[in-house]
Amino acid sequence: MTLADLAPGDTAKLDKIDTRDPGVIRLMILGLVEDITVRMENIAIGGDPLEIGFFGSSVSLRKEQARRFKVTRIDSASSTLNS
Amino acid sequence: MIESTEVKIPLSGIGIRHKAKASIALIGNPNTGKSTLFNRLTGLRQTTANFPGVTVEKHQGTVELGNRALNLIDLPGIYSLDGNSADERIAVDVILGRVAGTQRPSGLLVVIDATHIYQGLYLMEQLLELQIPTMVALTMIDAATANGISIDVDKLRHALGGIPVYPVSSISGHGLDELKEGLEHITGVETPQVPASWPELSETAQQLSQQLGADWQRIDVIQALLQTHPGFEGRLSQLLGNEVVYELRSRLFGNEPPSAVEARRRYKWVKSVIDDIQVQAPLYVKMGARLVRWTNRPWPATLLFLAVLLLVFQAVFTWATPLMDIIDTTSSELGRWLVAKLGDNAFSSFLADGVIAGVGSVVIFLPQILILFLFIIILEDTGYLARTSFLMDRVMRTVGLSGQSVIPMLSSFACAVPSIMATRVIPDRRDRIATILAAPFMTCSARLPIYALLIAAFVPNQSVGWMNLQGLVLFGLYLLGIIGGLGTALMLKSSALKGPKPHFAQALPEFRRPNIQTVAIKLFDRGRIFLKRAGTVIFVVAILVWTLAYFPRMDLEQAPVSTTISESLDQESIESVHSAAQMEQSWLGRIGRTIEPVFKPLGWDWRVSSAVVAGFPAREVVVAVLGTIYAVGSETDDQNLSEKLRSATWPDGKPIFTLPMVLGLLVFYAWCLQCAATLATIRRETNSWRWPLFAWVYMTSIGYTGALVIFQIGSLL
Repeated sequence: MTLADLAPGDTAKLDKIDTRDPGVIRLMILGLVEDITVRMENIAIGGDPLEIGFFGSSVSLRKEQARRFKVTRIDSASSTLNS
Repeated sequence: MIESTEVKIPLSGIGIRHKAKASIALIGNPNTGKSTLFNRLTGLRQTTANFPGVTVEKHQGTVELGNRALNLIDLPGIYSLDGNSADERIAVDVILGRVAGTQRPSGLLVVIDATHIYQGLYLMEQLLELQIPTMVALTMIDAATANGISIDVDKLRHALGGIPVYPVSSISGHGLDELKEGLEHITGVETPQVPASWPELSETAQQLSQQLGADWQRIDVIQALLQTHPGFEGRLSQLLGNEVVYELRSRLFGNEPPSAVEARRRYKWVKSVIDDIQVQAPLYVKMGARLVRWTNRPWPATLLFLAVLLLVFQAVFTWATPLMDIIDTTSSELGRWLVAKLGDNAFSSFLADGVIAGVGSVVIFLPQILILFLFIIILEDTGYLARTSFLMDRVMRTVGLSGQSVIPMLSSFACAVPSIMATRVIPDRRDRIATILAAPFMTCSARLPIYALLIAAFVPNQSVGWMNLQGLVLFGLYLLGIIGGLGTALMLKSSALKGPKPHFAQALPEFRRPNIQTVAIKLFDRGRIFLKRAGTVIFVVAILVWTLAYFPRMDLEQAPVSTTISESLDQESIESVHSAAQMEQSWLGRIGRTIEPVFKPLGWDWRVSSAVVAGFPAREVVVAVLGTIYAVGSETDDQNLSEKLRSATWPDGKPIFTLPMVLGLLVFYAWCLQCAATLATIRRETNSWRWPLFAWVYMTSIGYTGALVIFQIGSLL
């Protein structure tokens, strides 16, 4: 599963990052690195770009880059009442 | 006189003050309250200029401390020292004294936002490699507390190797006195220790820098190893040999990109520090925060965006009217009073028709421009402009760009110059140039005067459904600018500037309440720049145009009209015919008639043509020139400029300002690049004459063609 597969409100742990993309490296510099917990905040109209939240900050990225982040879902927005 | 020798001045005070002021660089992530802190510390004792050679703005200010003064340099907000953008490069270069004409700072004041300590500590760790005295201002402490975050400042100081940390609240001013007291001794603070996040890198670089000699600092070696500074990277390979450098890199980074490894290493450390120093209590999410979160969702955000645009339009055109009326009345009253006082002669005409009519016709737009800038500054300060880039990424993708081009394009609705500078956050050079060339198409505030003048004069003030026709025409002109800009970007991105698909990896700031002082200072700055232009460029052009229009004087006895038709005309009409004849044979009239053939196909007479030509250095000049030409040309002062334009005719009595001609003129102004400041900025930002030259020729041609097509087709109908 990748970051691109999360639904708004889902939280997940970042497992492995494919660094062969300058956009991905930029995201890592902004703090999106292995072992942190992230939350899918918003998906723009049309399904792209995405907004990912972590440690009180947010970044935007496109699906193309999001697919390079392998994740494990922790919490699904649809399974809990208050996300 | 004698008493003054008795005045005792504390010698210690003078001694220190008269020494060269120590410089301190203020640095931190964007949106950390850095500007607010800068304003708090320096008050109004600040100046804005550009760093030499680049258009990155350099804000400097003086901090008055107990018995010394410090020079504070505000650097652009950045996330890392990786040299990803022009901002990041200039920040490092300034701190290291690599920028000519800028003193190397003797200390660093790092701003860390207590609510975003994760990204703050990452930059902090990189800055510790610079080995200069460093202090931390931990801002947004009250916001952190409100969010249930508490930070153990002592532990934080310990984690950073003992450097001083001052919690401050820029809003309440709490902690500022302690920070100032600390700043007084900043030059005496010990050089930071090796940062704890990646000692192997720091130690390797330290050893190499000692081995390589005095012109290699630790950070230079680090940047060479991380491949974030091409200059040092090349020199390091030269000095040590490719094999040695390759060996070093594979030991430090394996076979991953160096910057990715750096991010992993340092953030791992940051995360462990945060677990140790920060306690976050689960907190009930407040109503306000929930509302903001809701408005960030795709549909509400899009509707809000449209509502904000509508509000800005409405405000610019309705709120400004009363103020504009006051300026209009004042300037025409002043002109009339002067003529009455001084008599009708060359000097009074110079003051009334040249200076007051010329400059006044531009100054009248100050209220609109200030309102427009007020909105843009507030949108910028609240982080809302960055939000819109998220909404608009999809649209920008269709022209081959990303949401990162949205902020520059939106801010060029105020002025293209700062917007071209704002493109420096775009990492890819091709994307950046495409954005730079699209930005001048957006309807800037200098286009407002001519739009407002022509629309008020020639578009009927009637309602179409719930909209006003004048408003609709104006909206159409804004749309025309957007179409021109996006079309240009699409054309360039699919030809000369073709490149890899841009990514949209950027930080999204959260909503922040704007700080009144910061907004006021920025607004004041913009107003000052506008008035300075009115007082210099436009002033000079107005005087020049008046002189050309007033001289040489015609001999009234030989005036062609006086004998034949004078009987059938009253005195006023004779005067008006006289002044028209005077205008015809003045220098301006002669120049105008020389260039008239070029613009005749667009339906412009020599007056309009010369006004447009005079407007090439700064487009708002055209209104001043029209104001001067029609003031000199007419004796009936009780008409305002738009009435004078309406009654202007060709020699055969046909009106000049017909609907097709006016629409063509508006299209010309929507697309033409009449702004020397924009050209100079493009030149500096792209570092070549090729792009400004291309932009000028290209925009002037399509402006001319657009006006030609509309006038010719419109005249046939």
